[in-house]
Amino acid sequence: MPDELDRVFKALADPARRTLLDRLFADNGQTLGQLCEHLDMTRQAVAKHLRLLEEANLIATRRQGREKLHFLNPVPIHQIGERWIRKFERGRLRALSDLKQALETHDDV
Amino acid sequence: MAASRFVYVIYIRTTPARLWQALIDPEFTRRYWAQTWQESEWKPGAPWRIMIPDGRVGDSGEILEFVPERRLVLTWKNEFKPELAEEGHSRLTYELEPEGESVKLTLTHEMETPKSKLIDAVSQGWPHLLSSLKTLLETGEPLIETTRWPEGV
Repeated sequence: MPDELDRVFKALADPARRTLLDRLFADNGQTLGQLCEHLDMTRQAVAKHLRLLEEANLIATRRQGREKLHFLNPVPIHQIGERWIRKFERGRLRALSDLKQALETHDDV
Repeated sequence: MAASRFVYVIYIRTTPARLWQALIDPEFTRRYWAQTWQESEWKPGAPWRIMIPDGRVGDSGEILEFVPERRLVLTWKNEFKPELAEEGHSRLTYELEPEGESVKLTLTHEMETPKSKLIDAVSQGWPHLLSSLKTLLETGEPLIETTRWPEGV
């Protein structure tokens, strides 16, 4: 659905929302309070970003007792990849990505 | 409290009845789930297993909840990779909710073990399978990369 994809790209266009996804990628299943720690944003701003991410289906939430936990949902990003990356390109792209990472993290090489 | 867990959500333009069939019917799963199929009597307490095309059992467990077209919960233990098998049983939950012309499928896979290798392994497989399942139900054809059991696994 086109509007589904629009929501994904709009949600990803904001660096604060990408930071929130990074945090869930590092440690999945966090509460709003945990996500607010060490972030230079108000709780209200973080809550608003999380709502947009959930509307774009980039995060899923689960209730656990009185807490609401947030989980990274990579499925829409995977579908974007499926749309433009062919099966046989995947291995070569991974090799290029690994090379870039190796060169950029070991600049003495 | 689960120490390793992921929650994946996908919206599929289909009916709960078709999606339910696609999740458990061997003819359907063989097409998008790497030629595998599941064997079970599909009722609470019944054993459950995934069969790999070469005849091995891939994963096994027990049905915990079975509410047709709405909710399926089962235990899941890997049977073909020793480092995953030794972790024991994880828990998989499928929830289906109609939303407009689509069905929202929420899949939760969890385990008590912190930093579970099994949860890490399945978390990498599920996005492919879910995308392929969606494509199969919406277009009639699965994604090519999930149609065969990977060589050497």
